[in-house]
Amino acid sequence: MKKAFSNLMKAISEGKFVYTGELEPHRSIDLSEVESWARTLKEAGIVAANVTDNPRSDSAISSMVASYLIQRNTGLETIYQLRTADRNRLALLSDVLGGAALGLRNILALTGDHTRIGTTPSSKPVFDLDSTGLIALIHKLVYEGKDLDGNELKGPRPEINVGAAANPNMDPLEIEILKLERKAEAGADFFQTQVVFDVEVARRFLREIEHIKVPTLVGIFPPRSYGQAEFFDKYVPGVRVPKEFMEAFARFRTIEDKQKRSEKINEYNVEYFSNFIREVKKERACAGIHIMAVGYPEVIKPLMESVK
Amino acid sequence: MIITREKPLQEILGFLQPYKKVLVVGCDGCVQPPRSLRESERMASLIELARSSSGNPIQISATTVSRQCCAEGLQNQLKVEGYEALLSMACGVGVQVMNSVFPSLPTFPAQNTLFIGYETKREGEMFENCRACGECMLGETGGICPVARCAKGLMNGPCGGCVEGKCEVPVEIRNWKGEVVQTLKNDCAWYLIYQRLKELNRLDLFRKLRLPKNWGIAGYPRRL
Repeated sequence: MKKAFSNLMKAISEGKFVYTGELEPHRSIDLSEVESWARTLKEAGIVAANVTDNPRSDSAISSMVASYLIQRNTGLETIYQLRTADRNRLALLSDVLGGAALGLRNILALTGDHTRIGTTPSSKPVFDLDSTGLIALIHKLVYEGKDLDGNELKGPRPEINVGAAANPNMDPLEIEILKLERKAEAGADFFQTQVVFDVEVARRFLREIEHIKVPTLVGIFPPRSYGQAEFFDKYVPGVRVPKEFMEAFARFRTIEDKQKRSEKINEYNVEYFSNFIREVKKERACAGIHIMAVGYPEVIKPLMESVK
Repeated sequence: MIITREKPLQEILGFLQPYKKVLVVGCDGCVQPPRSLRESERMASLIELARSSSGNPIQISATTVSRQCCAEGLQNQLKVEGYEALLSMACGVGVQVMNSVFPSLPTFPAQNTLFIGYETKREGEMFENCRACGECMLGETGGICPVARCAKGLMNGPCGGCVEGKCEVPVEIRNWKGEVVQTLKNDCAWYLIYQRLKELNRLDLFRKLRLPKNWGIAGYPRRL
């Protein structure tokens, strides 16, 4: 039987519809801005927030350290993202044990982007394990007290819930379903999805994975500008932003007064995504929403209030 | 020079378990120790014996070709009609070329490729498709190697960077001065594996959970 160690997994296992957020620490030792975002998320009622690990292979402060400091200084539970792109199985084991000793209770196991496409393309990529291998490693540590080679831990076992990424935009979707069945077999406790704008894409996906029986949080990204929406539409693999959404943002772009423009964008995001949330909430496989409003924390509270 | 070591018989029997008519194909090329007609016939007899004693009889034949790494040669020399699967005695390169030349049949590896020595002459474009990692998984991946052909060498791909079947990592073709003359998008190895296994009606192999590989075997510099 799987155990719930974190507040996130406890809330999910109690049948609550949960919201998670996303925090992206910079290439800096200063976490004050990220911590202020974390406080806003906590006040809004977010149960836990992901702390990214070098997204797009752009180097930044250690996600373990940032996860720990944010959790300690703000009281918001964190989901420590861990990529296998930069660490072999020795380093991953050290980091998982280190994170658990610091009181981190969630890890999101990621393969990570290739190092060639980020800020340090000259670095040597690792990929000793992939995300599925890391899930298997964490599961074995938590439930058997052993690593993948069978070496035993000393003392208590780490208390960690492991999450995995899912991509409803994958084409063909069958590849993703087979992969998620495999991730569930490896021991994934929860899934968080890539950004979805189209409610039909989310619903179809949730129905297709219902048999896997892993609680799934659907990822959304309320954009704060036309540029951000366009970025998703054009450059994020498989993500399609509906036409009426892009048209609305194009209209907002013509509003000269900056504050009025922001107000309109906030209103539109709240209306669009609250409708989206109401729809996907009806699906059995949907355990909550993962709101990836990086650097845009003020939209979260009104959004969550409108779907209460 | 290419050095291989025979896979354990149990692993080979596992690959061939669903098939009743199989052809073992040797390679007279550079594989050492020799994996030609004599070795292919010995392999066929072992498989035949094991299968008949387990109550799952098989019709198995053996043959050989001059080099499995030459697609044109394979097309001219090898007749595969009437078979359900092929077992290659060659290195990982041979298995992959066989799979691409005879797409209607799965080709399984009978060897673990341990080492590929180099040559000093280059006559044309070369494609790397075997890293001689010593633990050949081509039998589970539709004869497409994720170790050599996935930029991340993933065991459970494709990763989130696969878009429309292409890899997120661009391939830069450089001239002798080291300048980039062309940028290409590689095929995603795991997308190819998915398509190939679907074609062979073996998505059960795609779905299989693969734990991390034993890289201890592939440590370098190697000496044999």
